[in-house]
Amino acid sequence: MKVINEIKFIMPSLSVNESAARAVVSSFLIQADLTVEELSDIRTAVSEAVTNAVVHGYRGSSGKIELTVKLLEGREIYIRVKDSGCGITDIKQAMEPLFTTAPEEERSGLGFSVMESFTDKLAVRSKPGKGTVVTMRKRLRVHGS
Amino acid sequence: MDLTINNENGAAVARLRGEIDHHTAKKLRTELDKYIINFRPPALAMDMSGITFMDSSGIGLILGRSKLLKECGGSLEIRGAQPYIRRVLKLSGIGRIVRIS
Ligand SMILES: Nc1ncnc2c1ncn2[C@@H]1O[C@H](COP(=O)(O)OP(=O)(O)O)[C@@H](O)[C@H]1O
Ligand SMILES: [Mg+2]
Repeated sequence: MKVINEIKFIMPSLSVNESAARAVVSSFLIQADLTVEELSDIRTAVSEAVTNAVVHGYRGSSGKIELTVKLLEGREIYIRVKDSGCGITDIKQAMEPLFTTAPEEERSGLGFSVMESFTDKLAVRSKPGKGTVVTMRKRLRVHGS
Repeated sequence: MDLTINNENGAAVARLRGEIDHHTAKKLRTELDKYIINFRPPALAMDMSGITFMDSSGIGLILGRSKLLKECGGSLEIRGAQPYIRRVLKLSGIGRIVRIS
């Protein structure tokens, strides 16, 4: 993957940074001339991943969240959200629609489903006690098509 | 995030403006629940036309209010959602539980 441009944004796990992360992504992607729908999809997917780091990764604790956004050759966007929180023991179960470990907080268990359907590729790597890395890829519409 | 709740000809309408995420949902939840418990409206409409962003935290918010309203003898309706918010609503299948217009 040839990288045309990239940014890295590191933030503490404060819930107010969920919107900060979306704003950073939106600003960075101005250069890629996205459709309203493409931008909205990416903002939503990023919001889900960052929220998971805040809510689940650093549950009862706090730490850093690292957001990386890359603009790749061939009009593709790469997104990576990394936390050094509690990690996920069963990734397959965690990714099942409606599965949540925090129903009392009104989590809907749909975060991974949203990430999956609003991007083209979703990968989750996690180690209990070490943290979680979520990567997503989305191909953008080619100009004039 | 901004919320105003009015009683319009006997029907309660909650107008939401801004972005719904995990951070803003907390305050919305508290304010909406206060209204539902105090006034027990037979019908409450959440007007989403002023919402510019919503992720799955919004689904949890809607489901929670729908449940509380039901317990108080009322029902919830979602109206005016923009197309990109409708996509999240559709994905969640929430339309089977709450009326979306
Ligand atoms: N970064 C993370 N760190 C630890 N656990 C996570 C993380 N992201 C997701 N999870 C786990 O996966 C579950 C499903 O996530 P998601 O689909 O976003 O639903 P929700 O956030 O509504 O619970 C969470 O309830 C949690 O147990
Ligand atoms: Mg989530």
